[in-house]
Amino acid sequence: MSTMSEASRLQDEIIIRMEDVQKWYGTFQVLKDINLKVRTGERIVICGPSGSGKSTLIRCINRLEHAQKGRIIVDNIDVGASSRDLDAVRREVGMVFQQFNLFPHMTVLENCMLAPMKVRGTSKAQAEATARKYLTRVRIPDQADKYPAQLSGGQQQRVAIARALCMSPKIMLFDEPTSALDPEMVKEVLDTMVSLAEEGMTMLCVTHEMGFARSVADRIIFMDRGEIVEEGAPDTFFSNPQHERTRNFLGQILSH
Amino acid sequence: MLRQFGTNEFLFILAAARWTVLLSLIAFAGGIVGGLAIALMRVSPLKILSATAGGFIQVFQGTPLLMQLFLVFFGANTLGLDLNPWVAAAIALTLNASAFLGEIWRGCIQAVPRGQWEAAGALGLHYPSLMRYIILPQAFKIALPPTVGFLVQLIKATSLAAIIGFTEVTRAGQIINNATFKPFLVFGTVAAIYFALCWPLSHISMRLERRFAAASAR
Repeated sequence: MSTMSEASRLQDEIIIRMEDVQKWYGTFQVLKDINLKVRTGERIVICGPSGSGKSTLIRCINRLEHAQKGRIIVDNIDVGASSRDLDAVRREVGMVFQQFNLFPHMTVLENCMLAPMKVRGTSKAQAEATARKYLTRVRIPDQADKYPAQLSGGQQQRVAIARALCMSPKIMLFDEPTSALDPEMVKEVLDTMVSLAEEGMTMLCVTHEMGFARSVADRIIFMDRGEIVEEGAPDTFFSNPQHERTRNFLGQILSH
Repeated sequence: MLRQFGTNEFLFILAAARWTVLLSLIAFAGGIVGGLAIALMRVSPLKILSATAGGFIQVFQGTPLLMQLFLVFFGANTLGLDLNPWVAAAIALTLNASAFLGEIWRGCIQAVPRGQWEAAGALGLHYPSLMRYIILPQAFKIALPPTVGFLVQLIKATSLAAIIGFTEVTRAGQIINNATFKPFLVFGTVAAIYFALCWPLSHISMRLERRFAAASAR
């Protein structure tokens, strides 16, 4: 049941469009006929068993992975068209990784300032102000001068989120952002993601956090063996899954 | 008439050690510049650059350094250039060091975790910025111990320059031996000088390696 407020919050503009996307690793097909439209402001959770292609799918959006067939249009730009177009896409798409991937030789503040200065040409003072703003937003302003190794996993992941936000992206991709965290740190990262969602960010999250999916997602996509098996709003997805494979998957992850 | 191996003879050999040190430093400095270029070419996404650097490395790793010295020294003569042994040795050793350091550093660049490349790419950093700000600073730390280790190899390799007539410490030893005929004493002295140069470096290399292992185990 998608409510009236949901319908009015989402705009009609399609910000990501994937058309017949196919990808192979050698002879193994990881993505099969992927068709996906994401509206501006939409919050999508992608789930599925490991090896189902969900990470590969979102990594195609900013072309960390190259899809051999099909088209991917992000913010009206064809991701595969030229390197200049790819630059434009990467400026607008932030990404958060399972392993954080902070730059270990730079302080938290430097991690957040580098891309705005080198990619957007922001002044140092402006980059620092922006960095401090987002570090405050993820509630770690006092860690700015530390190095990543001095922080907990949860703090590192929040820095990674702040680092992506410093580029003022229109879209945020999350690739299993809580999978590498100790259980007690999962909540602080999810809270940060929830607040980001509440601000209207377009988000695609690969995650197994079904509580997060239920409360935040506009749409849940279930993938298996490289294809989108089923998608739907959280309430129908959880209460009335259509496909056998979806039911099996949900049975396995929700049974405890 | 044979000379005795005395203080003067010892000092003659010791003084020649400065040419060993200087030749090593020149080859090392040249090798740093050349090696960086080779390493960057080797990891370049452009096939032509990577293949060229790969060929360069193969040639210099697959032939003896002595042949490389001969080819530069005699090759220059054939081409009508009159290279003195100094310059020939410096050029050959620089090329050789470039190839070996290039291959060492290629490995170090590729040892920087994939996630670092991806994170920088996802932030929109271009290849030169990505290399300069993200990859090379991290590769540098990994590269330090094997690079110092290679410097030790390089210092010992300069002894081959004696064969094309460059008077560094080994050649000085030959000269003194011809006059004194005390080979064990003379070459023992020469070996001790190499050891005195190399041992502290080996020691530093080992300590760096241990510190790096401790840091990456954290």
